Amino acid sequence: MSEEGGIKKFMFVNRKAPYGTVYALESLEVVLITAAFDQDVSLAFLDDGVYQLKKGQQTKGIETKNFSPTFRALDGYDIEKLYVEREAMEERGLTEADLLVDVIVLSRVEMGELMEQQDVVLSC
Amino acid sequence: MKFGILINEGPYQHQASDSAYLFCKAALEKGHEISRVFFYNDGVNNSTKLTEPPQDDRNIVQRWSKMGEEHGVDLVVCVAAALRRGIRDENLAPGFRISGLGQLVEVGIQADRLVVFGD
Repeated sequence: MSEEGGIKKFMFVNRKAPYGTVYALESLEVVLITAAFDQDVSLAFLDDGVYQLKKGQQTKGIETKNFSPTFRALDGYDIEKLYVEREAMEERGLTEADLLVDVIVLSRVEMGELMEQQDVVLSC
Repeated sequence: MKFGILINEGPYQHQASDSAYLFCKAALEKGHEISRVFFYNDGVNNSTKLTEPPQDDRNIVQRWSKMGEEHGVDLVVCVAAALRRGIRDENLAPGFRISGLGQLVEVGIQADRLVVFGD
């Protein structure tokens, strides 16, 4: 474990679509707090979680806050490690060009290896 | 070993809180420490004393309160998630306290393992 100076590797695993349930929104709140604690934060997007990063979200019709601009503000919190699973993206007909931020695309196997290196994995 | 626990689902609707409770009970019996149980998302609904299950069912809220009292387990409910769902100090069951998300991150840093129970 990397605990030098109390810094751990925190990975937030996002598996759910941005709307429909509150998981994505409330997970993002934990991400911001964790960054405020100066931890090594990374985000992983798998399954329907890749839709959280889709460009052009319009939520007016469901009277729900569009929180996707927060992803664009993450680098202001020194959160720059956003990983997207290639298989999840391709299964949904998406490419990197459809996403609203720069991401690192990993295969399912590589994603598993990255998870293995974390100290704390928070999934939802 | 020191464990931190995160519960993301409400009682009765979902097995997460039951599984977390049984995990904590087993860990305590084996001599491990439960540093903190943090309730987030609908998990905050595990903390309301207004909960009244049928007599022949387990009382999930009281079960947590009892574990808090008997083993000094810190039961922390996220303030933002709680207020959003009508959970406040006035209807909090004994042993629970409301605080910020920093308490979750803190236990993630300090515990040997953070175990997440949810979907």
